[in-house]
Amino acid sequence: MGKPRTIFDKIWTRHVITERDDGDTLLYIDRLLTQENSYHAFDKLRREARTLRNPDQVFSFADHYVPTVARDQGIEGIQNPEIRHMVETIEADTKQFGITLFGLGDVRQGILHIVGPEQGITQPGLVIAGADSHTSTHGALGAFAFGVGVSDVTHVLATQSLWRRRPRTMRVAIEGKLPFGVTAKDAILAVIRKIGADGAVGHVIEYAGSTIRAMSIEGRMTVCNMSIEAGARAGLVAADEATFAYIKGRPYAPTGADWERAIAYWRTLTTDEGAAFDRDVHLDACEIAPMVTWGTSPEDVVPVTGVVPTPNQAPDPERRARMDRALAYMGLAPGTPLTQIPVDRVFIGSCTNGRIEDLRMVARLVKGRKTAVPAMIVPGSGLVKQQAEAEGLDRIFADAGFEWRDAGCSMCVAINGDMLQPGERCASTSNRNFEGRQGRGGRTHLMSPSMAAAAAVTGHLTDVRQLGEGG
Amino acid sequence: MEPFTRLTAVALPIDQANINTDQIFPARFLKKPRAQGYAAYLFHDIRFNRDGTEDPAFVLNEPRYRKARILVANSNFGCGSSREGAVYTLQDFGFRALIAPSFGDIFAANCVKNGVVPVVLPQTVAAELRHQLRMSDDPMVTVDLVQQEVAGPDGRRYEFAIEPFPKHCLLNGIDEIEFTLQHEANIAAFEQGYRADFEWLFRSRPEGGSTDS
Ligand code: SF4
Repeated sequence: MGKPRTIFDKIWTRHVITERDDGDTLLYIDRLLTQENSYHAFDKLRREARTLRNPDQVFSFADHYVPTVARDQGIEGIQNPEIRHMVETIEADTKQFGITLFGLGDVRQGILHIVGPEQGITQPGLVIAGADSHTSTHGALGAFAFGVGVSDVTHVLATQSLWRRRPRTMRVAIEGKLPFGVTAKDAILAVIRKIGADGAVGHVIEYAGSTIRAMSIEGRMTVCNMSIEAGARAGLVAADEATFAYIKGRPYAPTGADWERAIAYWRTLTTDEGAAFDRDVHLDACEIAPMVTWGTSPEDVVPVTGVVPTPNQAPDPERRARMDRALAYMGLAPGTPLTQIPVDRVFIGSCTNGRIEDLRMVARLVKGRKTAVPAMIVPGSGLVKQQAEAEGLDRIFADAGFEWRDAGCSMCVAINGDMLQPGERCASTSNRNFEGRQGRGGRTHLMSPSMAAAAAVTGHLTDVRQLGEGG
Repeated sequence: MEPFTRLTAVALPIDQANINTDQIFPARFLKKPRAQGYAAYLFHDIRFNRDGTEDPAFVLNEPRYRKARILVANSNFGCGSSREGAVYTLQDFGFRALIAPSFGDIFAANCVKNGVVPVVLPQTVAAELRHQLRMSDDPMVTVDLVQQEVAGPDGRRYEFAIEPFPKHCLLNGIDEIEFTLQHEANIAAFEQGYRADFEWLFRSRPEGGSTDS
């Protein structure tokens, strides 16, 4: 018997092509995911007259720039010429290089981190590079998946590989049952609160423990998605029976004899008893409450029952200065109970919380209620939208006064025109509350879908448990 | 890629910690073609007022720093997204070297790939450099990649560490893809074995999705 190994060790080792004297490893990349903004990479490829090594291992998604309204006219219907140009460019580039595109007008179109798993493109044991930092989402299926910049995208297109230094490993174990009203989103926000926005820098996180095991695959995706907000290179969860059940029958999933071979391999991808991590973190599920961010970093997060913190109670001057700045930007006074903060707008969607389970959560809460402020729901993919409509959720949303949009990143990153106005305060299910992230001067409070739904119907930040609804 | 050996230039001090990629290059400019250059978007929302005029409170708008080609920042500079536009915009403005106590992971890697040198110096040294840059009549810094040394406005020198491989690439302006393609035989051999083990990953694909949404 060899030394006990972590899942990450096993995946990494299987993908090593060669090593350099300085310790960097040339790692084989199974799948590359690109989006509209990857056009720089295709330009570079053309400029340098290089060939694309394996078009079959590249998948492209129109998600960041696509409009979420008036989609019946396709590309022609896009008013903003710069945005139309981006969507035309991804069509042209993928056609030229022979790459599969989930484009505008394709019912499967949607956010790359939602469509990848949904199509079965994401599988256990794979190394996946994606042109968006939240590629860590795919780790929920037991893959090693990480975001890369345009230079790395180009590198993968040309060589199907990347140079990487082996990261350290961290295990985040969450044990016990999540209380009523508490969701996967609250769990990951609690993790970030505990370890900080740079708490996992240089590490790959393996999420473990009974809480994670009991979570649905979609919940695990929410958790892995925000690994990057704790500074991690990637986050992953060991594949188990729930994972196999999730993948089975999806368009790109193996079938027949292939399926048997695949799951036999996937079953080996667990962390061996006694394998060592560079760092271990433990959380108790029963101590987690619904969480809300108050500042401009995901680590600026407290339970919804709390108050806006007071900077001069912070331990060091730098932290104090950062808190002062965050409070000024957010227009909040220390000591304000969170539930007294009114919101102007609600955004439900993104690769963190734009899946069918998220929408069901919202529907349960808003059924028979009315929104108090403008609120929009942007499904993560065309298929999520279709599913929601088949279940009648769209009618519940419409009756409650929500806008029901088409799939895309939308107001998570505000580059398609869906954005906050300066000073507007938004309850959002996305993953980043940085200054200007949802539009210049926009103020973002991150929370779970049911918490965002609760804010939509009351018009202020609200403890979802007061509305008698679970997550 | 343009090689980098040694540069003496005006240096811009930025005191705020955790400057993220959205602050360096707001996402809405990502759709701008690079051909026209990205210099105008650098730090856009903290550099300009809403009406498009310069915010005099932002350090880059002080006349003495306008020709800056080196930046001295605080910790965790470039945290946030993987967007490489953050490096392009710094580069197009003229920056060739960045000094900070720490950098966002992906950001630092992106710098190297574009020929911009990320120099890590201790918190206290970076703070001292920024202080001097504000006090000095001649806010110049030298970054010497060959000697792995930074010289501040007062002439004091500080050694810095950099991994041999990025150093080699930066010094010689080596493109990483070209370098990797020298390992083509290894990649091909690996791929053959890998495809044999995981055939199911490489079988023919489902038909395209319906477009009748
Ligand atoms: S929803 Fe937001 S985080 Fe997710 S892929 Fe789109 S822009 Fe990135």
